[in-house]
Amino acid sequence: MGKIAASGRNWGERKAAAEPQAAKHGEARRLVAVLELTNISKHFGAIQAVNDVSLSIEAGQVVGLMGDNGAGKSTLVKMIAGNFPPSHGTMQMDGKELILHKPVEARQHGIEIVHQDLALCNNLTAAANVYLGRELRRGLGPLRILDYAAMYKRAGQIFAELKSETRPRDLVKQMSGGQRQAVAIARTMLSQAKIVLMDEPTAAISVRQVAEVLNLIRHLRDQGIAVVLISHRMPDVFDVADRVIVMRRGRKVADKTIASSSPEEVTGLITGAIEQV
Amino acid sequence: MAVTLDQTIAHKQHTLLSKVFASQTFWVVIAVILACLFLSVATDSFATTKNLYNITRNITFVAIVALGMTFVIITGGIDLSVGSVLCLCSMVLAVTMHAGYGIETGIAAAIATALIIGAFNGVLIAYLGFPPFVVTLGMLSIARSLAMVASNNTVVFQFGPDHDKLLALGGGAWVFGIANPVLYMIVLAMITGFVLRWTKFGRHIFAIGGNEHAATLTGVPVRQIKVVVYMISALAAGLAGIIQTGWLGAVTTNLGNGMELQVIAATVIGGANLAGGMGTAFGAVVGAALIEVIRNSLGLLGINAFWQGVFIGGAILLAVLFDRIRNFRRND
Repeated sequence: MGKIAASGRNWGERKAAAEPQAAKHGEARRLVAVLELTNISKHFGAIQAVNDVSLSIEAGQVVGLMGDNGAGKSTLVKMIAGNFPPSHGTMQMDGKELILHKPVEARQHGIEIVHQDLALCNNLTAAANVYLGRELRRGLGPLRILDYAAMYKRAGQIFAELKSETRPRDLVKQMSGGQRQAVAIARTMLSQAKIVLMDEPTAAISVRQVAEVLNLIRHLRDQGIAVVLISHRMPDVFDVADRVIVMRRGRKVADKTIASSSPEEVTGLITGAIEQV
Repeated sequence: MAVTLDQTIAHKQHTLLSKVFASQTFWVVIAVILACLFLSVATDSFATTKNLYNITRNITFVAIVALGMTFVIITGGIDLSVGSVLCLCSMVLAVTMHAGYGIETGIAAAIATALIIGAFNGVLIAYLGFPPFVVTLGMLSIARSLAMVASNNTVVFQFGPDHDKLLALGGGAWVFGIANPVLYMIVLAMITGFVLRWTKFGRHIFAIGGNEHAATLTGVPVRQIKVVVYMISALAAGLAGIIQTGWLGAVTTNLGNGMELQVIAATVIGGANLAGGMGTAFGAVVGAALIEVIRNSLGLLGINAFWQGVFIGGAILLAVLFDRIRNFRRND
């Protein structure tokens, strides 16, 4: 039970819990499963997109989810994100069964998604984008108005925590790829996120900005947040992830620590040259 | 680090002044002022109380409808049915009152008509995925036809027991000799401005216009908001219809014919972007003002009224041209 408390609801408490974990980084850690998938399958008509996948994701850990196009990665992630329910199998969060009907419910459970296209509105400021869909308001009853000052302030603090140069009042239209990533990631830090799912966050940005984004991921991890990194880029996964899960044709074919694997092995698993490990 | 967190949070991209100079609305205001100054000097008839009273009142009908249209255009939609909806609502009001009902019943019926039409447009667009252009084009035809059916295509000019109340509502000048429609416009513009800047609803409208997919993914109730937006547009048209009925003292089935184009022109001149994501209440009013001043000045300067379209069309192109030039500079 103590373990579950460590993945706590309280921001400060979780930070404190996360630090010793980060210190032990690289050793065999005592980890808490935040999310546990058991025998998950999904079929669309005759197409078996995900087939009998079980996995667990722990707090403060970065998991690289790899696989070729059509391997079932995004279907798996969409089930966790609440876009559609699994055909078979169960999901558990902090030991309790998790049933999601729509994406908003996933967010309420502390599951946050950074979409591949980032889902940003170019015509709005960074702070407006961070708070999109959950704007802060002040005042009473029906006359509640947007609390610009509080949103600018909190967004500014999050960008500072992320060590990003993004400024809350700047329009997203005029931002670099790295800054845009920071805005999308800042969203996940508004609430008490437990898991952040990132879909190809380094696919379309410059080399320098990739380093920036990888740092953002490490930062989330150090907060005790579990990060699932979906990526095609081998160097990124081996740089930042603790564990790698490989999928091929809807099945999980590997789930091992980065230290015990190699890019060559993962490539073999993705292509099918290596059947399963 | 020399820059503190507070400075970063407070950092603005533009100073107030540079923001003003960069806005299309500002230059349209300048154009309106210059035109008025020029006309005051060039003609004896412009700067008279009577003419100014007429101009300000004429602005209001286009401006009120343009305020509603601004919501729709910010979401990236369009509402072509406003002219016909204005006519239908006027007619519902007129026919109801003519039949002997009081002014309250008449206005309630007109507003209910507007809201039903707006909801119909909105549901087709938001839930069934019809293109806004097509839905509202259809409604343009339907609403005008219904107005003809309701009145049997006659002119209604007797409004039953509350006849005088209705004429006072639209034609009076209850405060400081300012025409009533102008007061309504000012109040509605302030409400619109407030909603767009200070409410969650307003923020979500801009988000939908900026990136509808992103708005959906972040949990903005996109469909519901779209329905409400088309209801607001129809409501604005209905209100303008009620006021115009009181001012004119008669309703024909020709009322508001072709008005949608003037209204869209006013919003675009005022700085709204038809691609969505941009627009202000003040801009809509100023755009309507520029159109009316152009119309009025042509008459006073003795230029053939057939030239009106050329000048208004020119104003639209010029306003958007300024916007393009600013974008080019920014991209350099």
